[in-house]
Amino acid sequence: MKRASTRIAPPSRPAERVAPAAPALAARTAFPLRREGPAKLTGEARYADDLVFAGAWYGATIRSDDPHATLIAIDRDPDFDWSRVLIVTADEIPGENVVSLISDDQPVLVPVGGEIRHHAEPVALLAAADRSTLHAAKRRIQLRTERLPAVFDPLASTQQIAHFAIRRGDAEKGLADAELIVEGEYRVGHQEQLYIENQAMIALPRDDGGITVHGSLQCPYYIHKAMKRALNLTDAQAVVIQSETGGGFGGKEEYPSMIALHAALLARKLGKPVRMIYDRHEDISATTKRHPAIVRHRTGVTRDGELVAQEIEVVMDGGAYATLTPVVLSRGTIHAGGPYRCENVTITGRAMATNTPPNGAFRGFGAPQTEFAAEMQVNRIAEALDVSPLELRRRWAYREGDVTPTGQVLRESVAALEVLEAAAETAGFSRKRTDRRRASTSGGTRASGIGLALAWHGAGFTGAGETHLASVASIELTDVGAIRVLTASTEMGQGTKTIFPQLVAAELGIGIDEVEMAPQDTSLVPDSGPTVASRTAMVVGRILIGAARKLRARVEESSGQPFPRSYRDFAKRNGGIRIDERFEPYPGITFDEERYVGDAYPCYGWAAAVAEVEVDLDTGEVAVESVVSADDVGRVIHPVLAEGQVEGGTLQAVGYATMEEIKLADGRYLNDRLATYLIPTALDAPRITSILVEKPFSGSPHGAKGVGELPMDVAAPAVVAAIHDAVGVWIHELPATPERILAALSGASAPDTPGSEPGTRSGARANRAAPARGVDPRPEAPSDPLPLRAPQDKGGDWERDR
Amino acid sequence: MPNAVEPPVASPSSLQDAYALLAKGGYRPIAGGTDLMVQLTGEIGEPPERVLDISRLDRLRGIERNAGWLVIGALTTYTELRRSPLIAELLPALAEAAATIGAAQIQQRGTLGGNIANASPAGDTLPILLATDARIVVGSGRQERTIPATEFWIGYRTTARADDELVLRVEVPLVSDRRVRFRKIGTRRAQAISKVVMALSWSADGRAGAWRNVRLALGSVAERPIRAWETEAILEGARPDEETAERAVAALAAEIHPIDDVRSTAEYRRAVATRVLHRLIREEGSR
Repeated sequence: MKRASTRIAPPSRPAERVAPAAPALAARTAFPLRREGPAKLTGEARYADDLVFAGAWYGATIRSDDPHATLIAIDRDPDFDWSRVLIVTADEIPGENVVSLISDDQPVLVPVGGEIRHHAEPVALLAAADRSTLHAAKRRIQLRTERLPAVFDPLASTQQIAHFAIRRGDAEKGLADAELIVEGEYRVGHQEQLYIENQAMIALPRDDGGITVHGSLQCPYYIHKAMKRALNLTDAQAVVIQSETGGGFGGKEEYPSMIALHAALLARKLGKPVRMIYDRHEDISATTKRHPAIVRHRTGVTRDGELVAQEIEVVMDGGAYATLTPVVLSRGTIHAGGPYRCENVTITGRAMATNTPPNGAFRGFGAPQTEFAAEMQVNRIAEALDVSPLELRRRWAYREGDVTPTGQVLRESVAALEVLEAAAETAGFSRKRTDRRRASTSGGTRASGIGLALAWHGAGFTGAGETHLASVASIELTDVGAIRVLTASTEMGQGTKTIFPQLVAAELGIGIDEVEMAPQDTSLVPDSGPTVASRTAMVVGRILIGAARKLRARVEESSGQPFPRSYRDFAKRNGGIRIDERFEPYPGITFDEERYVGDAYPCYGWAAAVAEVEVDLDTGEVAVESVVSADDVGRVIHPVLAEGQVEGGTLQAVGYATMEEIKLADGRYLNDRLATYLIPTALDAPRITSILVEKPFSGSPHGAKGVGELPMDVAAPAVVAAIHDAVGVWIHELPATPERILAALSGASAPDTPGSEPGTRSGARANRAAPARGVDPRPEAPSDPLPLRAPQDKGGDWERDR
Repeated sequence: MPNAVEPPVASPSSLQDAYALLAKGGYRPIAGGTDLMVQLTGEIGEPPERVLDISRLDRLRGIERNAGWLVIGALTTYTELRRSPLIAELLPALAEAAATIGAAQIQQRGTLGGNIANASPAGDTLPILLATDARIVVGSGRQERTIPATEFWIGYRTTARADDELVLRVEVPLVSDRRVRFRKIGTRRAQAISKVVMALSWSADGRAGAWRNVRLALGSVAERPIRAWETEAILEGARPDEETAERAVAALAAEIHPIDDVRSTAEYRRAVATRVLHRLIREEGSR
């Protein structure tokens, strides 16, 4: 589709912008306080480590010290009194030695004779009645191993965890026809979720031979499934109960299954409760991180700035086991082109196994990695074309009717331009950029800059994921006339317990306080799916609205009276009723999982950010002064909570952009403590302005599209663009540390990353006659990688489809 | 078996009792505990066998001016340094350094004596003590003795303090017309261990504008906090101009030995130490 360069398509339905909530009384009364807020503020809230169970023992995990080895033996010091200590090894697992998720490759414990695939891998479990005995016992266990060759560089790995290819048009021909080709290689590293509360699980033996676990978690039914399989339990024998949870960010999506199994194995053998509470050091060294990625772009444009072809290669480091890597890669691959219309696109994504702890879910789920690269690329193209990065995005950004690389026609709810204009206008992007240009000649020790980025984020699970998942959420009118919401969707600080009552109360016409939330306990609530993928408000919220409508109709039909006036009498007369509502597929949304063609998501959220930075020219230190983030979330349910998501996501992205970095040596995380893994403090936090844009999705009665992950996609590339604006160098690798900035300023190579070749990473060049097929500077990648030694489960698990 | 997590604690209320316990051996002094508490699990450094809580030794508190000396008790917290009118008047750079350590909670607990005894190469107050000719008074049942700061940190996390000695106080000579500049480069604006920390002191020679009694000290660029003697020699008697700055940074680059570690790289530390010094000299020259 040809488009005049200055035209901005009028949206078919104007987006509304919600002003940031004023701290006025009106705003407070209009939106309820956070449900669990008072308990958290007063200290009444019970996090896992606050739960007291009489006679409970303390559990610990013996972990490998090798990145890759054969486990020969687990030696106990004969001089130690082992009678006071319980030990569990792999041979005592009653069911399959597998932490059930997408693939069956990850063991609960490495068996003797088995293969250790990463540092800090669980090998044996200990429990003792007191912590000092446990601590002493831990030091009296030695693992005898035989080292095996280890791979730490995903580009050197031959073990592929997952692979995706997306093709639209003919990228090769598009590049050949392009007048300018811009190439770039971008890298992002690990990021730790750093939830406030460490991972924690407590397992209790049940009278029926099963196990109940209480813990800090996002997805009760993931753990339920993992327990049934590894412990040979029935549905009823495995019970998972969420305790108050101090943050997750994806970090409590998968690893809690491992910890729950460990605690359960100990409790089962001991016959008493066992507490498995990680300290921060263990948590950072062993649990999942954001996937590092290497993303290469070749982009073809015309001299007047039309985008004609994108060729993108994504390589992610999956770590030692598959965990959620295939679905992280899938999302990263689908989003890799950025929110831009392009007729000729080829995107390939590969996830490679390395001998490092497995990487997993983290807010954004693959998209922040590839969208960082996409935005860097667009900003560099704008520089090469000498046009404003804002103007270039105005031309390229998706409008309704545009087609994505998977061939999805964006029929509705496209707000790329709205968020772009809102962020740019609020931040004064064009004016500041021009003013700064004029002022830039003055000498000084600090330079300021402003940068822009735009992103899209597929709402909910990928493709037919939600259909496979078939989530159920319920509303109960109890026989005493109470209204209860029953879901497995967890509160981890983001607001689930507040927005569900809001949505249900609005449908039923009753007060929010009249709606109770049932505890997240698998013996009580149905499987409403995992609390991930920004799906809770959008997907589970929709199911609940459906359930509420049915309940209302049922009561009103019988009583002939409006629901609010009749439901209590109805319950007294007829007893309680419960509506179990199942997910209904979004009409008209189809996705071919084999070919990766079709509607990858039912709709998309849109986000733009403008960041302003000040760079110290002597030290390369970056102060992110402000970020304006405009996010289209469809419909805002609770402005204060939604803004909280934007602010938190933005700050997490600022940390990702400037300082959060995991350094590795021999496959071990070197900075695995709070003293060494640094995130922004309050002093490092920029002034954040959040603008909520509403372009509702018609597939949901409430129009919501999710908010949690969206802001995480945009702030990092905006910060790096601002650094470039300030000092004139592009930092191709996150985080943009002072070390990298000074190195770039002095023209030297940045601190080494295995496989990177400074100086050959990127460049723009004119495309004469035929595109020059010069020497490809990249290390040779295996074109036909060997199959992964732990093949993917072909069982059609829905997780794979996200 | 000793309890590995919570070692026994003795809390003497007199210096003599403290000395007697220290003489028995096995005790590690604890003041604010900001360094020691994280070592209790034994994962970072050797955990203490027994702990000597010195918080009741009130003689180790207080900041006073005594003839030509500024005397600071070992138990003085960073918060007290920040709030002290005497420090603000006589050695404001020390308050500036204290303000960069940890955040409010650490500053409320952590002490100057602890920073000295912990002997981290990154200790943020230590370059100031080195650059101001401070001396450290230690005591034991045997004697009190005074050790010049330049002779106190003798190796990686090693000091001239004997195991049975306590750090009692710091004495900083008061020199008229002395100026002290402090600069810390960390990974973030609070709660950060320094990548490079620097203190520069000198006396301006009124008419000529030349610098006298120049002292330059740095942390995080060697295995211990150091004085940059060669660079000082270049700066001594020189005027703070562009040429001096160039010569000084060349000397500094040659005499520091930073390393790559989890916080930064040797290359960055060398570059930043020299750039920051260059800037300090330029700034002073343009005053």
